[in-house]
Amino acid sequence: MSEIIRNQVRQIEVEEKVKGPWQEAWTSFKKSKSALVGSAIVIFFVLIAVFGPFIAPQGINEQNLSMRLQPPSAEFWFGTDDLGRDIFSRILHGARISLTVGLTAVLISAVAGSFLGIIAGYYGRWIDTIISRIFDILLAFPSILLAIAIVSILGPSLQNALIAIAVINIPNFGRLIRSRVLSIKEEEYIHAAKAIGMRNTRILWKHILPNSMTPVIVQGTLAIATAIIEAAALGFLGLGAEAPQPEWGKMLADARMFLLNAPWALIFPGLAIMLTVIGFNLMGDGLRDALDPKMKN
Amino acid sequence: MSRKAVLEVRELETTFFSDSGKVAAVDRISFSIHEGEILAIVGESGCGKSVTSLSIMGLVPSPPGKITNGSILLNGKDISKFSDKQMRKIRGNEIAMIFQEPMTSLNPLFTIGNQLIEAVRIHHPKWSKKESTARAIEIMKLVGLPRAEQLINDYPHQLSGGMRQRVMIAMALVCNPKVLIADEPTTALDVTIQAQILKLMRDLNERLNTAVLLITHDLGVVAETCERVIVMYAGQIVEEAPVNEIFKNPQHPYTKGLIQSVPDMRYKKDTLYSIPGNVPKPGSILEGCRFAARCEYAFERCLTSNPPLYDASGAHRARCFLLDMEEGGISHVESAAES
Repeated sequence: MSEIIRNQVRQIEVEEKVKGPWQEAWTSFKKSKSALVGSAIVIFFVLIAVFGPFIAPQGINEQNLSMRLQPPSAEFWFGTDDLGRDIFSRILHGARISLTVGLTAVLISAVAGSFLGIIAGYYGRWIDTIISRIFDILLAFPSILLAIAIVSILGPSLQNALIAIAVINIPNFGRLIRSRVLSIKEEEYIHAAKAIGMRNTRILWKHILPNSMTPVIVQGTLAIATAIIEAAALGFLGLGAEAPQPEWGKMLADARMFLLNAPWALIFPGLAIMLTVIGFNLMGDGLRDALDPKMKN
Repeated sequence: MSRKAVLEVRELETTFFSDSGKVAAVDRISFSIHEGEILAIVGESGCGKSVTSLSIMGLVPSPPGKITNGSILLNGKDISKFSDKQMRKIRGNEIAMIFQEPMTSLNPLFTIGNQLIEAVRIHHPKWSKKESTARAIEIMKLVGLPRAEQLINDYPHQLSGGMRQRVMIAMALVCNPKVLIADEPTTALDVTIQAQILKLMRDLNERLNTAVLLITHDLGVVAETCERVIVMYAGQIVEEAPVNEIFKNPQHPYTKGLIQSVPDMRYKKDTLYSIPGNVPKPGSILEGCRFAARCEYAFERCLTSNPPLYDASGAHRARCFLLDMEEGGISHVESAAES
């Protein structure tokens, strides 16, 4: 009997030993239902973005003027728009555009923001002053106005909308990581790393960056949601995707003239935007609870 | 003493500059550590002992701090003039340091092995992963960490404070430094673990012949571990003596006060002795002896000029005018005060 108990105890010990901080975060992430739902939605849209064009029943720009503004039916699941294009197919294609814009813009701003934030926080002094003031200037404008201004300068296109969204998000990441670095660089293990003769760049790369990554991951996931909305907003305003591209915001803008006679042309792209955003938000909240338990509530 | 001095600090002055002026946290202190010796620096918080150790490591936060005078000779080379790049080669390789808080001295995201191996590879970049790992395990065994082969895959949070401090000592010793600076290495540990760590440091000091600079405020630790003691007060060395001398025959009134304030378990006392007053704010005393305001023996001369270090006997020096008086100064004054 006691033999068995001892064996069990030993097993528990063995199991415990392999868990690092990331595995632990994963364990607690798995426990949150909303996080799993969010991730499922995100994975669903990612799959659509990857495989959508192959499963779309119609071409995105296949016009069929005799089938204009048809309500949802067996042939056109989400109905057709004013040019007789299949909305379902266009939404499938649009997932790729929206997700690409969201992910790329956030990736660019997270990398640039983290880089600037780490430099500002770690080296301090005049470097910090310059970088922080640039962030302040960028944050002084309402972000969508700034995005509009940037697109107006660069000229309206999907790529420029992406650049604009990336730029307006840089200060958010930068400030977040700067404040994190400020507290981490006073940690004793940083002093200890210096005391064994580690180079600054190595300290930044090996100790400061991994330890300040969690808020960036969380903020990044949530920012993808915002970026998708911002891309849609720019598309809606005619500053993002151009005419035939099936961008969701653009589809909304095109459909608003027929709001009363063909609401489906508006509802389905809107739903697509909403669902993606909810998915990323739920996933981001779950990540935050898992990675940063202190921030809960 | 025929042993070679590995580290010599001469007239070291480290100043902190702030908006309200400059303050010398360490004020022209000189001392040396010999091969295989354990030297303790004791003093209250704020007396400059940690700044001294950071100055030696070249890690004084700058700004606001700066070494404004003096030299730090490591095997005859003045490392206080070294560039940052040169200093990095010294740190961890020739002088290593361990810190007060073992709980936070390790990066929580990486395994013990990962961090130890990295410490090896910083100074031996050509070593293979296998060699570095072997060295890490060897040093872990040396500092008495059990089942080192498994432990290298553990994360810091799985270790107790005492074990983490052993890991920190292992990390400091991994490149066989000549000098090990231990800044209050046992303050955060409970008493039994404290005794183990001190014993470990003594053993390692004997086996590896590493000189140890032990920074502490705990006279019990001093008595147990060191050969020589330096007492610091308000940025200055006030007394320096072999460890037996300092406990049997303290010369400076401050040292006496410190020793008197240690509780003695042989006698039951209701209140413990404490030195009256507080440590002066750095830079607040411009003239006279820095301890004069709290000193029960202070006389006129103490208020107007700062005493130099006087030789008491052999290797015993103290910064007190009482030693300046002819033959056995202190007893003179004591008898005068009594009458």
